[in-house]
Amino acid sequence: MPSLKDIKKRISSVKNTQQITKAMKMVAAAKLRRAQEAAVAARPYANKLQHVLANLARREEQQDGHPLLTQREKNRALVILLTADRGLCGGFNANVSKEAERFIRNNKEGFAQVDALIIGRKGRDFLKNRVGDRIIKVYEDVTGAVSFKTAQLIGEEVVQMYTEETYDAVYVIYNAFQSAIVQNVTVEKVLPITAAESETQSNDTVDYLYEPDRAEVLAQILPKMVEVQLFRALLESNASEQGARMSAMDSASRNASEMIGKLTLQYNRARQAAITKELMEIISGAESIK
Amino acid sequence: MAAKLKLEMVTPYKQVLSEEVDELTLPGLVGELGILPGHTPILTTLRVGELSYKIGQQQFHVAVNWGYVEVDDDVVTVLVDTAERSDEIDLARARAALGRAEDALKTLSEEDKSYKVMEAALQRAMIRIQVAGKKK
Repeated sequence: MPSLKDIKKRISSVKNTQQITKAMKMVAAAKLRRAQEAAVAARPYANKLQHVLANLARREEQQDGHPLLTQREKNRALVILLTADRGLCGGFNANVSKEAERFIRNNKEGFAQVDALIIGRKGRDFLKNRVGDRIIKVYEDVTGAVSFKTAQLIGEEVVQMYTEETYDAVYVIYNAFQSAIVQNVTVEKVLPITAAESETQSNDTVDYLYEPDRAEVLAQILPKMVEVQLFRALLESNASEQGARMSAMDSASRNASEMIGKLTLQYNRARQAAITKELMEIISGAESIK
Repeated sequence: MAAKLKLEMVTPYKQVLSEEVDELTLPGLVGELGILPGHTPILTTLRVGELSYKIGQQQFHVAVNWGYVEVDDDVVTVLVDTAERSDEIDLARARAALGRAEDALKTLSEEDKSYKVMEAALQRAMIRIQVAGKKK
């Protein structure tokens, strides 16, 4: 039986922890709102781009395809894994990292080799010990404040590796944001670009005037598409991270208060027992004097 | 009243504009082009430059950075990396950026990798100052 003092100490330590988790939850909630707004704000751009691209690519299919559109033989693939730099956010990092590991190991699509490009410290830590030799590059400290510049940087690099035929396909694995509690691990193909997924518009046969010409326009838009896709994934991942952290910290705070309740009960019981014992001693002492 | 153009301008960060305009001038990659209602569908890339549009008699100016424009059925969709309206531009900052870019260009030779980057920065700063100057 722990002494009264021990129990008291534990209670105050749990209280301290609870204060921290509560504060973290609050911070995550505030960040979540901002991240969510950013993700929503980026949506029109991505949608419009997709729409334009769908129009373009469909017509392009009949002609000689642009390198970013052509399917090549499945030789080497690159996986871009989006994780967070920090932990304490439930299964957020582990889920995507595991999915990435599975993707690299199982190689369902039948590539000769799959390499990984990692964003976020946690993903690196996870994969380093498992498939460390497949990691080609790690980006850190980019998930805090997502900027389009980051997406552009990574996008350019990926497009370059793709056109140089270092890789024949590029995938991105990230946590898609559904709500503060639900995040879905998503695997998305980035390259080669497939326009089929966007729904066809009814007035599909408008023939545009192109300036300077179609090939030029396409050559400029396609890399942009990659960047935008990455940017969206980054934003979603960021929102998911905050959401996951918020719910993780919420349950941690709840567990802490449950624990405090239990400990308080234990403390009171012990106190009561001590009082009873003392009383008994006094009474039996008085009894024996008589 | 004649037909109007629906102008939608979006950047990766937000929707900048969504307005009915009468007339639009764009900095196309191969030269300026004006768009009026009833324009044939066109898709063009933009360079760093000044985009201006007219609502009634009022003229508005926006500094834009790489992007492209789709015109279809009197709906103009402008997708750009950055867009700043003339009243949003911080003139002091733009001037400072111009100075920095000029200084950097003096020390760099044309072969340097960052030469192009600085040149683009110079261009952006110049456009910004130009657009900001048109504020009424």
